Amino acid sequence: MFTFVSIQDYHLQLVHGRQTCVQAVTHYIREIQLQNHLNAFIETFKDEALARASELDAEIKEGKPLRKLHGVVIGIKDNICYKDHFISAGSNILRHFKSLYSATVIERILAEGAIIIGRQNCDEFAMGNRNENPVYGPVKNQLDNTRISGGSSGGSAVAVQASLCMASLGSDTGGSVRQPADHCGVIGFKPSYGMISRHGLIAYASSFDQIGIIANNIDDIEKIFHILSGEDGFDSTVLPNVRTDSAIETKPVKSTSKIAWLPETLHHTSLDPEIKTGLKNTLESLQKEGHLVEAVPFPLIDFIVPAYYILTTAEASSNLSRYDGVRYGYRKAMQTSDLFDFYAKNRSEGFGWEVKKRIMLGTFVLSAGYFDQYFKKAQQVRKLIIQLSEKIFQQYDFILLPTVPQVPDRIGTSGESSTSGYLSDIYTVFANLAGIPAISLPIYKHTSGMVFGIQAMSSQKNDIPLLRFSETLLKKH
Amino acid sequence: MEVNEALVEKLSRLSALSFTKEEKMHIQDDLQKMILFVEKLNELNTDGVEPQLHITDAENVFRDDIAGKMISNEAALENAPNPMPPYFTATKAIQKPVPEN
Repeated sequence: MFTFVSIQDYHLQLVHGRQTCVQAVTHYIREIQLQNHLNAFIETFKDEALARASELDAEIKEGKPLRKLHGVVIGIKDNICYKDHFISAGSNILRHFKSLYSATVIERILAEGAIIIGRQNCDEFAMGNRNENPVYGPVKNQLDNTRISGGSSGGSAVAVQASLCMASLGSDTGGSVRQPADHCGVIGFKPSYGMISRHGLIAYASSFDQIGIIANNIDDIEKIFHILSGEDGFDSTVLPNVRTDSAIETKPVKSTSKIAWLPETLHHTSLDPEIKTGLKNTLESLQKEGHLVEAVPFPLIDFIVPAYYILTTAEASSNLSRYDGVRYGYRKAMQTSDLFDFYAKNRSEGFGWEVKKRIMLGTFVLSAGYFDQYFKKAQQVRKLIIQLSEKIFQQYDFILLPTVPQVPDRIGTSGESSTSGYLSDIYTVFANLAGIPAISLPIYKHTSGMVFGIQAMSSQKNDIPLLRFSETLLKKH
Repeated sequence: MEVNEALVEKLSRLSALSFTKEEKMHIQDDLQKMILFVEKLNELNTDGVEPQLHITDAENVFRDDIAGKMISNEAALENAPNPMPPYFTATKAIQKPVPEN
């Protein structure tokens, strides 16, 4: 029987010959099949994963040193390109698309010996927080199959929750890694903007998108993060010269931290009382342990989600203009002799409703006559949010807040046309607007039988201190 | 801001999207709700605030101008619907003028 605790433990098993990479892959393939009803994976790469596993086992037998992610079985969200593999961003418009190249993150994990087991279900173009994908069907929460996984990296979170792989790579534009991780009781980490190359990540909103990691423990997240991060000639937004290596450990870890909490987040009407109590308990226990825990006003709370939707839809309307049915993607039979009609038919039949809605809103906020009133206004609000964030981090090391306002909904209960679902992003979008790192840590059980956690954030580029702090938080609870 | 049929029509054109009559009513309603939702920002005074254009302080992150990761013509056509190698195809955009009598 194969069991996985952590990469470090797995590597010990490998070098002592107690486990093999082939055993690991065989185990996960069987689990994915057994738990097929969860709908976490769109496709598994069974044969090649097994072939790669046996090559990696052979390396060990030959006495070669283990690579950093040797034999680590990773699932990838269906919006991260893997050469010669299908990728659809959960959309019909890319249903039969095969990637011609690999994302930088894929090249990096493969170079360190990782095994990619398959691609995972998500919301279409990562737009959504329910993962009720109209093309592939909903992803089910393993704790309660009638409930949603959250999204948009829902398949990636459930895959870790149900032990269908050791870790997942997702993407987080407004909470898409942290929110499903919270709903599934696993750890979800969104690094600072610019820590990880977005080359090969299908773009939704380029100034918000960041590849994130979902796993069971902080040590694994840190190991994978270190491999993924760093400069890339294919993405000029990656921050140069930021270290994420383990040598940072030499810096003394502060025994006490300065922690801010934001009263407005706890007084918000949408917040479940148990989630509120959970965060309060954490804050109290941190205070008892000697940390400085203080309330800091956050008057912008009601503006963050509207600003997020203006800016991300604007960027999406531009990013998604490339899907025209000419070079790739869905094409309706060419019965029209009008070029606009041709594009519009391809796009209208290829995209789902949520995507079209967001393209229309994004087009509106960028259009002549409305640009200043909506788009520029939202950019100004983003500036205020960043200034507030910087001000808080001048005085405090971390901010603690809930990840989600509610435990996961039942599948099929959303009114698809309403904006009410947008408010469930209220605690997560702040980090994407400000470009700061944020992590969701599973800590509490809810009386509904579900789980929830808390969210920690630090200032930009302080990803490693955030991970270290997260580790101590998890150990104490 | 009131969303009317003319605005939906204009935005569909700009977005290269087409909607059926029924969908048009639906999208008009959705857009109206979304715009109302984001108009919350009007309550905030942003006079004199510079718009945020970039999210990090990194500037001019350049690399040497050396081509890499080239894709062959053949590969580029692999995902193309109805290609005519070495070309992509699209619907005929230029029509022969109808001769005037």
